[in-house]
Amino acid sequence: MPRLVEPSSGLTAADPLEFGAIAGRTPWQLFWRNFKKDKLALAGLVFIVLLVIAAIAAPLITKLIGAPPPNLINTDALDSFGTATGPSSEHLLGVDPLGRDVLSRTLYGARVSLEVALISTALATFIGVVLGLVAGFFRGWVDSGISRLMDVLLAFPALLLALGLAAACSLGDGCAVSTPLQAAGLATIIVGLLGAALALVRGRREMVAASLVVVGFGLIFVLLGTVFTIKIEPGAGVVIFVITLVSWTYIARIVRGQVLSLREKEFVEASRSLGASDTRIVFKEILPNLIVPIIVYATLILPTNILLEAALSFLGAGVQPPNASWGAMIAEATSVFDTAWWYMLVPGLALLFTVLAFNVVGDGLSDALNPRQEG
Amino acid sequence: MSASDPLVEVRDLEMHFPLTRGVIFQRQYGAVRAVDGVSFSVARGETFGIVGESGCGKSTTGRLIMRLLEPTAGQVFFEGQEITNLDRRQLATLRRDAQMVFQDPYSSLNPRKTVGSIIAEPFIIHREAREANERRKEVRELMDRVGLNPEHYNRYPHQFSGGQRQRIGVARAIALKPKLLVADEPVSALDVSIQAQIINLLQDLQSELGLTLIFIAHDLSVVRHMCDRIAVMYLGKVVELAESERCFSQPRHPYTGALLASVPVPDPSISAAGRRPVLKGDVPSPSAPPPGCRFHTRCPKAQSLCSQEEPPLTEMPGGSLAACHFPLEGYSSSS
Repeated sequence: MPRLVEPSSGLTAADPLEFGAIAGRTPWQLFWRNFKKDKLALAGLVFIVLLVIAAIAAPLITKLIGAPPPNLINTDALDSFGTATGPSSEHLLGVDPLGRDVLSRTLYGARVSLEVALISTALATFIGVVLGLVAGFFRGWVDSGISRLMDVLLAFPALLLALGLAAACSLGDGCAVSTPLQAAGLATIIVGLLGAALALVRGRREMVAASLVVVGFGLIFVLLGTVFTIKIEPGAGVVIFVITLVSWTYIARIVRGQVLSLREKEFVEASRSLGASDTRIVFKEILPNLIVPIIVYATLILPTNILLEAALSFLGAGVQPPNASWGAMIAEATSVFDTAWWYMLVPGLALLFTVLAFNVVGDGLSDALNPRQEG
Repeated sequence: MSASDPLVEVRDLEMHFPLTRGVIFQRQYGAVRAVDGVSFSVARGETFGIVGESGCGKSTTGRLIMRLLEPTAGQVFFEGQEITNLDRRQLATLRRDAQMVFQDPYSSLNPRKTVGSIIAEPFIIHREAREANERRKEVRELMDRVGLNPEHYNRYPHQFSGGQRQRIGVARAIALKPKLLVADEPVSALDVSIQAQIINLLQDLQSELGLTLIFIAHDLSVVRHMCDRIAVMYLGKVVELAESERCFSQPRHPYTGALLASVPVPDPSISAAGRRPVLKGDVPSPSAPPPGCRFHTRCPKAQSLCSQEEPPLTEMPGGSLAACHFPLEGYSSSS
């Protein structure tokens, strides 16, 4: 059994002000000690770190290894029949039917994949946490409203929605969402005010507060729609929008459920009996207990989002040519698979290992952060 | 123990939790009558015990006194001021002067906070000891006061045992030197060997800080040891209210008698001979309490009157209050 406190950890404590204080391990130390034991997760983490570096430094790397830029069409790289050539000293992983370098396209494709997945996961996590917290903490009809919205979104076929949006937004300059946003904001404000009125009539003060939160959301929507002329750009913009739209519900459900159970815990009651405000309870008592599930589920929806991006690009609804994307590369490679197997294999393997790495790390995180293993 | 200057007074307190159906258009089809007309007062410096089976409303009563719940009806007075309709700002005094120790030392401490920051929370909320150094000094003193090693302020709750965790909960509760401490079954989740330590700690603190203590428990021997007066609750009502010793030596309500009889006696010869009948059956549902005296369904002395008319809480010879048509006689219970 692990010792609870090692005497030597006193000096590396989070609070070194008090000399000689016997420090407990911080949750971070405990987590790292558990995570280190999971070699597979560690390997996944190393892979992700390397991938991120490669994606950021893609222009530098291609220059260093002397590979041509990703969108350079070079018919000289094709053989005399005009078909793609395989790995060679000039093109380490071969070229595609247009003579573009597969290695540099794959590297630039990593940029797209990670960018789309990270942005959409971050947005989805933020929206999910906020709405899940509001739903779980205030309960009542605010909860009913948010939960039904989640049900509706979960019932949506994500790919079809994305294809439709992509078809609508990929023509011309993309579709302006300012007007729909303003409309949605107004509708939200009306619903919130109705709710506040209903809550006042029934004399339920906490519901009034919750309704005002909803009104606030509506105001934010209207403001956003008025101040900025927001457009869903064709390509990455559509993909990010659609992925965010469908994936925030997973986070929101988890957060809502956790909040529902946490708000009944005695430590919340204790805080309330000391006179803590709702804001303090949410941020100081409930949110710290949500960080672990949020991190775990964010890392688990991230690979799903990478796959969704690849699927959308594969179907032509994602990143627009000539920009490289793993999904689009695989789609282009299907027709020439018998003559240029490397063109499918390289982005395919990149996709496989990336998703696998994120999944393994996600599992490792959830194991290492499980509080039952902390003590 | 004069009732002339009570610290806490409770009048006709009712807490009915509604039972509803439907999601958007909720209809109420009943209510759990957790507390159903409870009145008592607690004098300054007194230790007041509330006992009863689980589900009798004793914890709900404690939470109503702390105003962690809004009562359906009735009033709670703290230092003569009615607290049942104060708003958040007006509640600040109560939040400082009345504190609670919770039953479950595992869920009453936030697992993500260090012990130091848990005990410092009252100072932060009430804007006292604003300097970090000052606050740390206070926390260390408190930890020392409740018998914890002050060096452990940086640790997390999971690194402590149940008894130590309860000490942390006590330290948090006494941080602002409250006038009233509501202890909601503070020892029932602990090992018997630890229970005595926590009880002694509470008693020491009480005499040192001049605390008034409302002690909620289902363990009669603990209550007898601690309390000046005892209220026995059954299905949301007080059935007997008496000075501690009198309540034990001369119970008036048959329910009190039955509770006393259910205390295990560590002597087979005694327990075999002079035992009162132990109660049969379960507590009826508080959402549909029986008519008349709520105890008549399980009472060994019940007569037809009991199911028709509810007995009021009346004074018995000897000074105890009991709500029974046919109270237990004088000294019949001892022996």
